[in-house]
Amino acid sequence: MGFIQIFWDRREFFLVCLLEHIRISLTAVVCAGTLGILAGIFISGRKKMAAVVLGIINVIYTVPSISLLGFLIPFTGIGNRTAVIALTVYGLLPIVRNTYTGLVNVDAGILEVARGLGADGRQLLFRIRFPLALPVIISGFRNMVVMIIAMGGIASFIGAGGLGAAIYRGITTYNMTLTAAGSLLIALLALLSDWLLSKAEKAVNRRYGIG
Amino acid sequence: MDKVEDTAENGMKMKKKKENDIVIEMKDCSAGYGANRVLSHVSLTVRKGEFLVLIGPSGCGKTTLLKMMNGLVEPMEGEVLIKGERLSECDLVAVRRRIGYAVQGARLFPHMTVEDNICYVPALDRKMAKGEKKELTRKMLDMVQLPPELAGRFPKQLSGGQQQRVGIARAMAAQPEILLMDEPFGAVDEITRKGLQEELQALHGKTGVTVVFITHDIGEAFLLGSRILVMKDGGILQEGTKEELMGSPKDAFVKRLLERV
Repeated sequence: MGFIQIFWDRREFFLVCLLEHIRISLTAVVCAGTLGILAGIFISGRKKMAAVVLGIINVIYTVPSISLLGFLIPFTGIGNRTAVIALTVYGLLPIVRNTYTGLVNVDAGILEVARGLGADGRQLLFRIRFPLALPVIISGFRNMVVMIIAMGGIASFIGAGGLGAAIYRGITTYNMTLTAAGSLLIALLALLSDWLLSKAEKAVNRRYGIG
Repeated sequence: MDKVEDTAENGMKMKKKKENDIVIEMKDCSAGYGANRVLSHVSLTVRKGEFLVLIGPSGCGKTTLLKMMNGLVEPMEGEVLIKGERLSECDLVAVRRRIGYAVQGARLFPHMTVEDNICYVPALDRKMAKGEKKELTRKMLDMVQLPPELAGRFPKQLSGGQQQRVGIARAMAAQPEILLMDEPFGAVDEITRKGLQEELQALHGKTGVTVVFITHDIGEAFLLGSRILVMKDGGILQEGTKEELMGSPKDAFVKRLLERV
């Protein structure tokens, strides 16, 4: 019951944190999504480069998030900007990998017919390959969004805003309820986003006659 | 004097006309993947309005031969000419849009409705208005004897035979002069195949489209083909009409093939 009390007592603080969290996450989602999909498309036709790019991204992924933030400080300082960069870098993995996998695994026979009937490179990509890969790309996108929102919680350790600020303050002031409240909001935000995206996914699948 | 000139001129005209009649010409073509040669030194011509059937065992190179005609496979040696133009010097994308292509299992685009599948080729060239697409779809569905209600369905909601019909409609939608078909009826049941064969015959008669058709069923070859080309081990073994093949099979392989009728 401490929860309801604390949300009510500090409603303004939580609202500011929540909005900040959404803002940071959304920026990172847009950056990672755009970059990731473009990179995935780019490497889908280049096998050797794909192995290198996916390898690098995998390695970055193994760096603990807190130390990645630390590494970035000398270059980009502290605050929201560094948080967005770190979250973007982390978000790349699922979206690049899924875009690549989705595009590469489109039925070769269908691609050949599409080409044989006279599609040029661009038409082949946008009319056939991309729509057919879309379910896989969307599932990577959902993964990415949830990850970015969840990881956004530690951004406050380098002075960025967001719900991590509530968690951080809770830890430093020995206020477990505050920490738990911040965590709960992050979890809810992630779940809600995922649910909204699942709706979008269903709409896309209906459009393309899947499921 | 006049008379002689007249005939000479006529002869020239005749000759010219005959040359213009050739829509596909392959000159000494070889193809393969790496060291593995699938086709070696194949030459052939296909005339306008012909129904040429390629027949032979799996791996004899008939699919490779067909794919060379629309540039999906590039010859290692030799030259392919479509209506007198070298494929190696053409804009392949533009050439392909004038050549219909239908394959086994239809390979419809699963994310597109029947209407979008049928309008695929014309829509590559230009933006089509809704009404135009609807009209074209109706016309093409009628041509392959399918009810117009299917226009809004997705491929997986169709039976195998229906998919194959839509595949043919898609190949014919841009009114190509050439139709390449790679075992299009290989994956449908006997009864459906009969119907499809009859419709293809009717379609060929009505449109006068030049067809190159692959099968491994000699009965189908005799039924449909105005000329049959027997292939084996990457080369052409014998070619001719049904009567010519039956009359003088070149060797034991052709004889065995003919016995299966």
